[in-house]
Amino acid sequence: MIKKRLNIRMSGLGGQGAVTAAHVMAMAANKDGKFSISNPFFGAEKRMAPAESYCRIGIERIYDRGELVFPDVIEVFHPQVITMGKSYTMPFYSGIKEGGVVIINSDMPLLSDEDVQRLKDLHVALFYIAGTEIALEIAGTELSTNMTMIGSVAGITQCVSMDALDQALQERFGKKFVASGGTASLDEAIKKKFAKKEMLLAKNLATMKRAYELGVEWAEKNHVELRVGNPAVAA
Amino acid sequence: MAENKSVIGTKNKKGQTYTDTWQLMNEAPRTPSFYTGSEVIKEALRRASCDVMIAYPITPQSEAAALIGELFAEGYIGDYFRGESEFAVMSQCAGAAFGGARVFTTTAGPGTMRAMENFPMWAGARLPIQMIVTCRGINSPLSIQPDTLEIAYLLNTGMLVWHAETAQDFFDWILKGYMVSEEPDVHLPLALCCDGFFVTHTKDVVNLTPADMCLPPYDPYRSPVPCMDMECPPVRMMRDPFIMKSNYISYATHASWQQEVWAAVERSRKHTIKWLNGLIETENADADVLIVASGTAVSQGREAIRLLEDEGMRVGLVKVKALRPWPGEEIREATKNAKHIFVPEFNVTGWLAKEIKASIPNSERVHAGPRVCGGMTMPPEIIVQEIKTALGMKSMSLAGRGS
Repeated sequence: MIKKRLNIRMSGLGGQGAVTAAHVMAMAANKDGKFSISNPFFGAEKRMAPAESYCRIGIERIYDRGELVFPDVIEVFHPQVITMGKSYTMPFYSGIKEGGVVIINSDMPLLSDEDVQRLKDLHVALFYIAGTEIALEIAGTELSTNMTMIGSVAGITQCVSMDALDQALQERFGKKFVASGGTASLDEAIKKKFAKKEMLLAKNLATMKRAYELGVEWAEKNHVELRVGNPAVAA
Repeated sequence: MAENKSVIGTKNKKGQTYTDTWQLMNEAPRTPSFYTGSEVIKEALRRASCDVMIAYPITPQSEAAALIGELFAEGYIGDYFRGESEFAVMSQCAGAAFGGARVFTTTAGPGTMRAMENFPMWAGARLPIQMIVTCRGINSPLSIQPDTLEIAYLLNTGMLVWHAETAQDFFDWILKGYMVSEEPDVHLPLALCCDGFFVTHTKDVVNLTPADMCLPPYDPYRSPVPCMDMECPPVRMMRDPFIMKSNYISYATHASWQQEVWAAVERSRKHTIKWLNGLIETENADADVLIVASGTAVSQGREAIRLLEDEGMRVGLVKVKALRPWPGEEIREATKNAKHIFVPEFNVTGWLAKEIKASIPNSERVHAGPRVCGGMTMPPEIIVQEIKTALGMKSMSLAGRGS
């Protein structure tokens, strides 16, 4: 399916970098010459509390803002979004559009048979990625889990290029970035995990790339096609 | 003594060139940048020749206030300090403006409410302070999410009130705002509002003017009232205020001064029209069905119009940019042929719809909605549904989607 707009909802927990992930995605889309907007949605900032972010990517100017009620893609950054209902909507896939994709960071299936059937009825494809394991293996820290969530959605939908993601990552972490106190301290935390800034960028990029490749492979194997483009031209 | 030679073309201590504001805003080259709204506020301030910024943390404006602190550290702001509360901040802003400084501050939601006493005081004292209001919920239970109810409270303070739709509006209006506020026949504070998070925390493309060009500095001698000399305060005001007298002359003074403040709001109209290119903006205003909105509701309206267009239905748009001065005549003209007027709002009471109803004939044409509040999002789909339902058309049920 080719769509003028791809709406991505990222449901995570405070501290996992869901907000950063949406920002990096949107920055990359902008570098690719697409239109994009990202924005977060959270309560008082605290770790492990529900935090969502949204990334909209399209081929025309985007006005829509705020919580994404009807997404094409839902990414679940943490199993607790599902198992403990740490989500702004119940069930977490509420509002997903027909033909959409759900990407879940978990090394084991989490959905009930009923949920699986409902998603099937809506022709929604379901992809599990062991994102935290990949992050630990390649980057040596679970803080890089968000990189696997960026990589997987980019691999499946091709909505942004790896090249643009590389540039966006450098822009976000290569220079000083001031946001809230919470974001600043998290930035410091992740920087301390790596000996050098170049190492941080390289390992996060490698983590992202692995997830990207897994996404490409899965989409090909399962014939999942969800793209941003001009449907009129494509037809 | 007032400067008698122009500073235009000369450089400030940071090497920025003082530039004629009209030229800066309309002719200088622009660079597209991908920024959050908070970063855009910082970039506007970099170019604003601001003397004093006073900060106090409250979501969602904290990020902007912190970023302006960085700007101060870089040397672009005359002075920057933190208040004890929003009430203290707004009082300190008054002090700085009384002293002849160009003043900037940011607040949100409960902070705006806490500081409320100061706003009519600013207007009465004719202080051209600029305050960014990144609207959020004000009621209990607590919410940090966008809700525009606080704007309703600002409308009768005597401040100028503008409502930005995007970060681009914000960038341009911060700089243009000072030009309107500081006119001698206006000289009033400006509340430049936006919907928090939707603008402040959203990354979007914004076209920025060159960083090495800045506004001409504020000239306090253009004030219509004498600026306060703290070494020698005007004793009649300080020691013998009118409140001490209960006689005809004190009532008459108060009454005429309030009228003068609102006359100044009226006089800002011509300047606001010049700088904002009109108090409203219209698209396809000849359509039978119109959406009239301000702030983020305009953006959501634009998306709803696209969805309806795909179904072959033509809907027009009126974007209300300035709320004070109120564009009653403009809205009356723009809506004269409309059969249905929808006013989507991010607040529970529908203050914009009330203002519009009071300004146009046959106000039963106004549908005061859809409205969301308490931080809820307004997906374009619910605007579409509201329009279709009101027109007796079939619409898809939204409640059942996907669950």
